[in-house]
Amino acid sequence: MSDPRRQCEVSLIVNGESRKLRAYPMERLLDVLRQQLGIIGVKEGCGEGECGSCSVLMDGVLVNSCLVPILQADRANVVTIEGLAEGLQLHTLQQAFLECGGAQCGFCTPGIIMAACYLLNKKPLPTLDGIREGLSGNLCRCTGYTQICEAVSEAAIRENAKRENAGRMNVGSVNER
Amino acid sequence: MNVNPIVGVSVPRKEGRDKVTGRAQYIDDITLPGMIYGATVRSSIPRGKIRKTSFAPDIAWDEFVIVWAKDIPGKNCVALIADDQPCLAEGVVNHPEEPILLLAHPNRHILHKAISAIEIEYDPMPALFTIEESERLTEIIWGKDNTFKTYLVEKGNVDETWAKADYIVEGEYTTGAQEQLYIENNGVIAVFDLEQGITLWGSLQCPYYVHKALMKLCNLPENKVRVVQTETGGAFGGKEDYPSMIAGHAALLAMKSGKPVKIVYDRMEDMVVTTKRHPSRTRHRTAVTREGKILCGEIDFAVDGGAYATLSSVVLSRGTIHAGGPYYWPSIRISAKALATNAPPHGAFRGFGAPQSLFAMERHMDRIAAVVGISPVEVRRRNLLKAGQTTATEQVIHEPIDLNQLLERGLALSDYSAKKKRFQKENSSTIRKKGIGIATFLHGAGFTGSGERYLASVVGIEGRADGRVRVLVSSTEFGQGTKTVLCQIAAEELRLPYEAVEIAQPDTEQVPNSGPTVASRTVMVVGKLVQSAALGIRETLVNAGFLRKGYSPEEFSEACSRYVAERGEFKSWARYEAPPGIFWDDENYRGEAYAAYAWAVYIAEVTVDLATYAVSVDDFVALQEVGKVLHPILARGQITGGVAQGIGFALYEKVIWQRGRMQNGQMTNYIMPTSADLPPIRVYFEELGNVHGAFGAKGIGELPMDGPAPAIVNAIEDALGLRFDSIPVLPEDIFQTLAADSRSQSASLASQGVR
Repeated sequence: MSDPRRQCEVSLIVNGESRKLRAYPMERLLDVLRQQLGIIGVKEGCGEGECGSCSVLMDGVLVNSCLVPILQADRANVVTIEGLAEGLQLHTLQQAFLECGGAQCGFCTPGIIMAACYLLNKKPLPTLDGIREGLSGNLCRCTGYTQICEAVSEAAIRENAKRENAGRMNVGSVNER
Repeated sequence: MNVNPIVGVSVPRKEGRDKVTGRAQYIDDITLPGMIYGATVRSSIPRGKIRKTSFAPDIAWDEFVIVWAKDIPGKNCVALIADDQPCLAEGVVNHPEEPILLLAHPNRHILHKAISAIEIEYDPMPALFTIEESERLTEIIWGKDNTFKTYLVEKGNVDETWAKADYIVEGEYTTGAQEQLYIENNGVIAVFDLEQGITLWGSLQCPYYVHKALMKLCNLPENKVRVVQTETGGAFGGKEDYPSMIAGHAALLAMKSGKPVKIVYDRMEDMVVTTKRHPSRTRHRTAVTREGKILCGEIDFAVDGGAYATLSSVVLSRGTIHAGGPYYWPSIRISAKALATNAPPHGAFRGFGAPQSLFAMERHMDRIAAVVGISPVEVRRRNLLKAGQTTATEQVIHEPIDLNQLLERGLALSDYSAKKKRFQKENSSTIRKKGIGIATFLHGAGFTGSGERYLASVVGIEGRADGRVRVLVSSTEFGQGTKTVLCQIAAEELRLPYEAVEIAQPDTEQVPNSGPTVASRTVMVVGKLVQSAALGIRETLVNAGFLRKGYSPEEFSEACSRYVAERGEFKSWARYEAPPGIFWDDENYRGEAYAAYAWAVYIAEVTVDLATYAVSVDDFVALQEVGKVLHPILARGQITGGVAQGIGFALYEKVIWQRGRMQNGQMTNYIMPTSADLPPIRVYFEELGNVHGAFGAKGIGELPMDGPAPAIVNAIEDALGLRFDSIPVLPEDIFQTLAADSRSQSASLASQGVR
């Protein structure tokens, strides 16, 4: 295991940046992200795919990074919590979590926001039951989930309003022609 | 006055932004140059003498730092109350997973292999695993009689009252261990150097507990131990005393190696070795009148403390004082004991003994109602405490609380009466049986009795050269919003914008000892001290002639800068003093047990599915009087979170024990509620205010843990007509109880000759 000749070369895109690295094929994506790339927003809560604290998007799909061998992530596009905000501008979900009390201790928060992100990508306006179902792979011990679900619902509404505004502006610009 | 009040408004959290962007640094996110990783070798048996330790030859042991009990420079104990728990076992072990020796290595991945290459041989000794085994005294495993602590509360003359009873109602109720299951496991980093001594960073609740423990263990003076709290991913009591153990281990490895040492537990180690909620057994015997009025009662309350004393005496105290619930007892006797068993010590978990004894009390109220033949609502109406009456410890209720009004509001919010009727009608024609249950309860805020006087907490506020102020407290943030609320209090008192107030990270080199962050005391007790210290800052500036009375924030800022420039360091301190007229008799456990109580009515609606025997909670109303709510969003978050943990306590979370060791130490087999398991939790506040707390606030953190379990189990009884007196109630328990019930029904039909 500790013979570096057994390491393989892996290239992946993390939060929009191309990264090349060497790792043992069965190293967990979680460890590579945290230890080699210093992406500490990805958390380890249980190490067996149960709590969802290590959730990231891999090629647009929500995965538990503690269950992904790094070789499987070769050439993948990985997005973590660090990839959501644009500069100082928080992602709608992050802003809604802040305002609605969706984060308490904050340890499950990066994973839950990634799960919510995946959910809203699939279903832009989920029902409350849809949110509860969609987040049920991520454990939170602090909140009882009520304010998390409210935050996701609020973010969905805001994103939808943005899309509608954008739609209207497009229509407007067509008419001006 | 502030034109825009800050207290009572949901201002943005001080600690919020870093948590939603992934930038917050928890202990495992920190790496120091040259850091090595520590691990713990533990006992595999519950009790016995250590005979021999051998190291398998295929490991390069010279690469490891190894620490034994004999390497401890000071006293081999985890200093807390009794100092009976060793930091590393020496000669004997008293529970499974007891630490025996420590290893450290630069490569964290080979530690597991090294641990399994160490073999420890024992001469096993007989061990005890339950309250019943411990009280039988067939084996003495702690002290003279396996008893960590007893209490006796006596009010009136119970013995003379039994004869007046129309009914005597008896019951026995038990609760299981519960894991705190904070999502961030325990972890610390220790650094040692001869000049500075030990510096310890960690995920923890009580920096000064760790400080005291490290001084004793490492034999270092106060100024050679520094403890800093890092961002903490949940605690719930689980990081109250255990961090002193893991900090001790890291400190010993750092002292021996001279290198920074990190110890972070993985999930299974954290679940199996650290503290849990005390398992409990409560026996009730109550004299009541034909109308359901309580005349007197005897309550026997026992908790399983595990192998060492740790916090059991204090947990027992809170459980004892809460055992009589929010009811008026003309006379009562409460006998309580904490017993030793050969399991890892049980410890603090939100509610701290009260959820156990209140589960029993609230189940027993429904039992009384059934025996007398009145409704669960009516039995409570007739016995709830009124202002002016006294509690079991003879504390007069001075607060203008009207519990009957609170109960009526809870009933209205949950549509209790209509639902109760509807469920009764509809249950006969469905296998999805519905029920509704109530719990009425109280929770005392702050340390019990004279506890706050002994703590004598200190809080500081610093006026800084840049004109801003900084709050100095050892109170820790681990999700509740401590930093936010304490800054709100300071800002409100100083009439400054919330943004103008900062708060220091708890670091024993920077902040005074404002007591542990436990017992729902932070907002009420520490908050009040923050208010006093802030007042001191303002008065100093006014008295120095630097500030006029009706100042603007800009004027304050200028005055503050000027003060620092002209006179140097500018700090104002406030120390806790017991309010006048507070009386507490520690010998007889009588008097003002708590400066204030929060009061609550919780109502749960459940469905029991007789195809799967699963229980779902369909609606949950949590109504409470908590004094002034300082931050509505955070306060609501405390309630919903506590209710969720209470639902887990009632329906999901079962620790499976085998010879004192937890067998299901994984999130896959110890089940806590997910978002799909819980209903939206409906939270309502009443705000009567409280003279002892900052701006009228009372404690809030623990209260919501007390009510859900009895409300839910009462609802299950309402749905099925069958009694469940032990929690958790799992589907298999429901199946067995139903099966036993149908067997006894057919047996009684058979004996009557009915086919």
